[in-house]
Amino acid sequence: MIRYILIRFLWLIPIIICVSLIVFSLMELAPGNAIDAMLSEDLTPEARQELIRRFNLDRPMIYRYGVYMFNLVQGDLGVSDVTGLSVWREFIVRLPNTLVLSFTALIIGAAIAIPLGIIAAMKAGSLVDNAVTVVSLVGVSIPVFWLGLLLILAFSLHFGWLPSGGYEHGIRSLLLPALCSSFALMANAARQTRSNMLEVFKADYLRTARAKGVPERVVIRKHALGNAWIPIITAIGSSLSVQLAGSVVVESVFAWPGIGRLAADAVTARDVTLTTGVVIMTSILYVLVQLIVDVLYAFVDPRVKAQYLSASKKRRRAA
Amino acid sequence: MSNTKANALVSKKFKKRSQAGEIFHHLSKNKGAMAGFIILSLLVLAFLISLFISMDSITAMNARMRFTGPSGQHWFGTDGFGRDLFLRVIYGSRYTLAIGLGAVTFGAIFGITFGSLAGYYGGKLEEIIMRASDVLASIPGILLGMVIVTVLGQSLQNLIIAVGVQATPIYLRMARASTLTVRNHEFVEAARAVGLPHFRIIFTQVLPNGLSPIIVTLTASLGIAIIVGASLSFLGFGVPVPAPEWGAIIADNRAYARSAPWLMSFPGFFIMSTVLAFNLLGDGLRDALDPKLKMR
Repeated sequence: MIRYILIRFLWLIPIIICVSLIVFSLMELAPGNAIDAMLSEDLTPEARQELIRRFNLDRPMIYRYGVYMFNLVQGDLGVSDVTGLSVWREFIVRLPNTLVLSFTALIIGAAIAIPLGIIAAMKAGSLVDNAVTVVSLVGVSIPVFWLGLLLILAFSLHFGWLPSGGYEHGIRSLLLPALCSSFALMANAARQTRSNMLEVFKADYLRTARAKGVPERVVIRKHALGNAWIPIITAIGSSLSVQLAGSVVVESVFAWPGIGRLAADAVTARDVTLTTGVVIMTSILYVLVQLIVDVLYAFVDPRVKAQYLSASKKRRRAA
Repeated sequence: MSNTKANALVSKKFKKRSQAGEIFHHLSKNKGAMAGFIILSLLVLAFLISLFISMDSITAMNARMRFTGPSGQHWFGTDGFGRDLFLRVIYGSRYTLAIGLGAVTFGAIFGITFGSLAGYYGGKLEEIIMRASDVLASIPGILLGMVIVTVLGQSLQNLIIAVGVQATPIYLRMARASTLTVRNHEFVEAARAVGLPHFRIIFTQVLPNGLSPIIVTLTASLGIAIIVGASLSFLGFGVPVPAPEWGAIIADNRAYARSAPWLMSFPGFFIMSTVLAFNLLGDGLRDALDPKLKMR
């Protein structure tokens, strides 16, 4: 198992290198970056030479990329072209805000979606079931930014209960953005829960459990949910990485100072160094979270765990 | 003599439907899919009507008619420049359709080609293609979209590319998986024995037989593509102004959410309905193509 996790982690290295190479070369191609602007000014030939040397413009791009990655490993992503602040620091300062938002959304979403999905499956075809189905369909169809604006319109502009954005009011500031980003997750998880429970309800062991007189509540909680659990966790887990990385929209709507908004602002301001740094770091975070979810998944499901173990054994035998 | 007549009668009564007919029959019994179909028909109608709207009539400003609410004259009200919102929203249908269909087509061409190559040939080629797809999938979608639009410049075409690139790995994986299930069937072996070239086997034998899960994925992802496109527009990486793309209209009128709520309500409702329609149709299609999943 440890071997498997280690191999998966090692696999991250080529992925991170490729991702950062793509982002880095895309941003080098971006028109109107800061170095272009500096070079286009009236400069003495000496000053021009100095600039070219400093930014390694006389060397191939791959060299500049190498320098960039060498610095990245040491936690140096350069300084923002616009504000002159350290990109690494900007990212690290905002990371906790995004984490808090994502986890709150995750908890709200799961806490509402799983019970709803179970109830819908238990009473399949009933009014409750249809309501859950319709609401979750709407939930996956509603654009997040529009939902955010509607929430602001209702809860902060109309009723005035909650602040419309920012982060100064602690929990109260957190509530609307978290609710907004949990909505799609909720819809997804409810659908997933419902369909998995329905699947499990057909199983023979449920009939056996009922036949031997296990109380219905225990049947649902232990026998049914115990088996339907895994895909639900995967659905929620994979949406965590989406939440973390895709927070751009929600953070922009609610002016939440996380990494998503940092990235959006950087791209809008054409701040190449900041954009490159934030996009690369966010991608690393994204693959890291996906990996952690994958590994956790293997721990939760004994069948998957066994599969991985035998797969690694096979590989060892083949090698 | 009478026997053949009876046979003809029987075959008329139990006329075997074509595959497409069978699928449509299933779809027509599905209320959700029909609702989606109706919404989409309305959208196509809106698009056809919008062909008669000139760009001038949706960009012409009218200072006396600023921020009037929905009325008989202006069904959806007017915006801060006195432009009629109904006309703008109807006109905007073309952008939404173009982004959705364009991005999915873009992603499907690359995804299905490389995915079926990977699934059919296997080995090193598969390994390379799948790793490349993993890399692409590792860059968070919206961020990748923003970077692509920044590099290529703001236009409808580039927005379509930005959305399509994000969708490619999904289709690629799907196409590979369904190729894998078909590739070892006997008819593929027969085609090989007859001596068909590999690419013809892929496109005439393998792909058509593994198409149904791909079609379901494509339909369902149209909705996602539209949401991603509208989100990029909302963030300011969409079609340049004054194009009345729905996400862009919402972004432009954010500041008036309280004083003129209709300005963000109508376009948002249109986006939601369109996405809902594609999702309903996708679900219906999945049930129709795969009756086993029907009870889900």
